[in-house]
Amino acid sequence: MSVDTGTAGGAAAPAAHAPPGRFELAPIAGVLAREWALYRRSWKPTTFAAVVEPILMLLAFGVGLGSLVGAIRGYDYIHFLGTGIVATSVLFTSMFPGLIDTYVRRVFQHTYDGMLAAPVDVRELVTGEASWIACKSGVYGCAPLLVAIGFGLPASWAMLLVPVITFVTGFGFALTGIWMSAAVPSIKTMDYIISGVITPLFLIAGTFFPIETLPPWAQVAAKINPLYHCVELVRGTAFGTDVATAAGHFAALAAFIVVVWCLAVFQMRRKLID
Amino acid sequence: MSLPGHRPSPGPGEPSGPDGSDGPSDRSQPVRATGPDVERAVGAPSADGAETGTAPAIRLRNVVKRFGSFTAVDGLNLDVPAGTVFGLLGPNGAGKSTTMKMLTAQSRADSGEITVLDHPVPRASKLARAEMGVVPQHDNLDEELTVRENLEVFTHLYRVPRARRAEAVERALHLAHLADRPDLRADKLSGGMRRRLLIVRGLVHRPRLVLLDEPTVGLDPQVRQELWGLITALRAEGVTVLMSTHYIEEAERLADVVALMAKGRVVTRGVPAELIARYAGSTVEEFPLEPGSRADEIEARIAAAGLTARRTGATLSVLRADEIPDSLRDSLGRGSARAGNLEDVFVTLTGERVE
Repeated sequence: MSVDTGTAGGAAAPAAHAPPGRFELAPIAGVLAREWALYRRSWKPTTFAAVVEPILMLLAFGVGLGSLVGAIRGYDYIHFLGTGIVATSVLFTSMFPGLIDTYVRRVFQHTYDGMLAAPVDVRELVTGEASWIACKSGVYGCAPLLVAIGFGLPASWAMLLVPVITFVTGFGFALTGIWMSAAVPSIKTMDYIISGVITPLFLIAGTFFPIETLPPWAQVAAKINPLYHCVELVRGTAFGTDVATAAGHFAALAAFIVVVWCLAVFQMRRKLID
Repeated sequence: MSLPGHRPSPGPGEPSGPDGSDGPSDRSQPVRATGPDVERAVGAPSADGAETGTAPAIRLRNVVKRFGSFTAVDGLNLDVPAGTVFGLLGPNGAGKSTTMKMLTAQSRADSGEITVLDHPVPRASKLARAEMGVVPQHDNLDEELTVRENLEVFTHLYRVPRARRAEAVERALHLAHLADRPDLRADKLSGGMRRRLLIVRGLVHRPRLVLLDEPTVGLDPQVRQELWGLITALRAEGVTVLMSTHYIEEAERLADVVALMAKGRVVTRGVPAELIARYAGSTVEEFPLEPGSRADEIEARIAAAGLTARRTGATLSVLRADEIPDSLRDSLGRGSARAGNLEDVFVTLTGERVE
């Protein structure tokens, strides 16, 4: 094999100039570049699953159950549900990839070993992976809202904030998934997380029914559930809310992100660096 | 961990060189034809490093890495001179892969000091990683992506400036002899093509240092030779290559300098031919062991003549066969002569086999 001449360090490697230990954006761009290349191959099935499932759920429950329920809090059930299913869609499209894709890449594909040998640190890797998942669920999460608008939910300017809400929520749950993917001892134990964590998260969040109908302890649980705050924010954009309440919900999501970011980085570091 | 700028003096019983000095000094003395006892833990810059006057590309001092009660790397001292192909040879479990992982800070030493391209590791490891290319032992190509996309992803991860990315990908494609199939998906590549892609993927940013962890493990001999050409080409570019291997032939053919590792330490290091001359002699003779023959009795006679023998399957290999005295020759007869190799050196020094 031969090498073209004149390559001997002539064009020096682009060095990382930031002082050691600093959090940089370049590695995140690198992680996102890989995700984009992969997404270009897989966007069709990914998009189908992420859009069609919540829409089917919305139609089945909204139209079917809606004819029995009528109205909740004075809103058409399909409008109430459509705003709530935005949140479940975000949960599913962020936590599952965070949990399963991250596990497969770390354990079976050794992808992260290759990335960490490049100038990428674990916290940048985790942030990059979670950002990409959040982008996807941020966009896909809007689909049920559009369907609800198609069923007569009045569109409002505030709804333009929904992608921001879904991105932030997706970021938090992607980090939760990444953290748990690194905490489980084996891929089998993920069943505990899927049934024991994801299902309650999505049921006790006020998506299908208002949490006021729940027993008091469950209402407390719902308020700790970050997904509840996402639901309330999305409903706020559709049905109106005051700024202070919205800020409170947003602060809850921000606090959630800080906690799960630290947990995800800590746990992934334990698994990736001996 | 280590303090930057502070170099701990070698511990007792661990002289970094025969004279106890650890600087790039006057160690270009000719290799002495002495027994294995003098060459424990040779670390300080030796002939090759001192001559060029440049700092070593990689420097390890008293590096220790434990996993629970198991000590994988046990007080390792190593200097890899810039611009050389350096072979790390040893059996599985000798600590080669752990050493490689510590160089990229993917494994953290329990004690000792590591410097890679003048950057202290792990503290400034990211700066070091930006200037080095790593070829992992486990194939981790993105199967769904094409050859070109696999390379493009790494131009981003290695921060090749946007204007140079296309050129970097083209260069890597040529280097890997994959220029005619850039759009083939990685899962459609043959074993040899995959490995070539895996190697050049770590070269897209023109690193000054390349780490190859068992680059040809599991490949058939023909493909292995093909990859040797690629590694030789890197040397011609002035790139420093640190390669771990447990293939004797690979180390002998490719490495300018080899370090033999066993049980987490460097047993000896040097130019392969010199190590062979020193420990195995120019000729080794193999004597077939007939069934029922007293191998240990023959070994005792050889030892009595001051020579070393080792069992090599169904034969007994006598090192330094040109020194067999006539008296012994009469009783042994004449075996089949072969050239000495690093395996002879390794077994002589450690009593273990490499492969």
